[in-house]
Amino acid sequence: MRSIAAFIVGGLFGTGLLLSGMTNTVVVRGWLDVFGDWDPTLAFVMGGAIVPMAIAWRLVPGRAPVLGGAFPAPPEPRLGRNLVLGSVLFGMGWGLSGLCPGPAVASIGFGGLGGILFLAAMIVGMLVAPAVRNRLDAVPSAG
Amino acid sequence: MQIEWIWGLIGGGLIGTAAAVFLLINGRIMGASGIIGGLVDGSGRHNAAERIALLAGLFLVPAVLALVIGGYDTRLTGNTAVVLIGGLLVGIGTRLANGCTSGHGVCGISRLSLRGIVATVFYIGAGGVTVVIFKQLLGVI
Repeated sequence: MRSIAAFIVGGLFGTGLLLSGMTNTVVVRGWLDVFGDWDPTLAFVMGGAIVPMAIAWRLVPGRAPVLGGAFPAPPEPRLGRNLVLGSVLFGMGWGLSGLCPGPAVASIGFGGLGGILFLAAMIVGMLVAPAVRNRLDAVPSAG
Repeated sequence: MQIEWIWGLIGGGLIGTAAAVFLLINGRIMGASGIIGGLVDGSGRHNAAERIALLAGLFLVPAVLALVIGGYDTRLTGNTAVVLIGGLLVGIGTRLANGCTSGHGVCGISRLSLRGIVATVFYIGAGGVTVVIFKQLLGVI
């Protein structure tokens, strides 16, 4: 049951990414290209996605997930160096390629060899990330 | 231009609905990098089936739709070095930050999570600077 629900969720997610233009790297990079040919589409996608999710979060208190278990814990208030550094590295890769993890999977079917290479490199990055994190954690924080 | 905004809103609404269903039905956060990363480094072994099922839907449904509708293209750069470095940075960065556009952006901002908001400001900022440097100044991408 959990897997069937997850498959439907993935399908909806992928359909949304495809229809909104988020699997097109030119549209995504256009959003980041503030001094060039700026494309505001991504803001509409984000806005459109945040509204149903904000409603969902309001339904969480006092309830349990339909298929059992517990809802995720409240967000941790601590920011930390890894959050900032990781987001900067992610943003650089996102700006270079125009792809982030969701669209990279959603476009496997029509993304050609380049898309596969991107995914392979992303998986290598995810494999080495724990080692990078350990290294960073060993360096004392300035703050 | 206007038609793209409308499709953006419709597609965004579907993405948000998917995230809402995953939260309310499965009790989980729909973050693409976390779902993939948990399989890659083994930290998500206990619910691997759920992760694989979501990724299967995320890959298969748009693949079939693109085939039926036609005309979809990622328009990814042909520069292999840029593709590989971009992928590597996205992989390391999203795991260090514990989230990407879907986890921090959609799921985090919608619950007013400070971490989600800060992460989004930094990855959009870094992405913008990267495009300015590599597209406008160097002309590499």
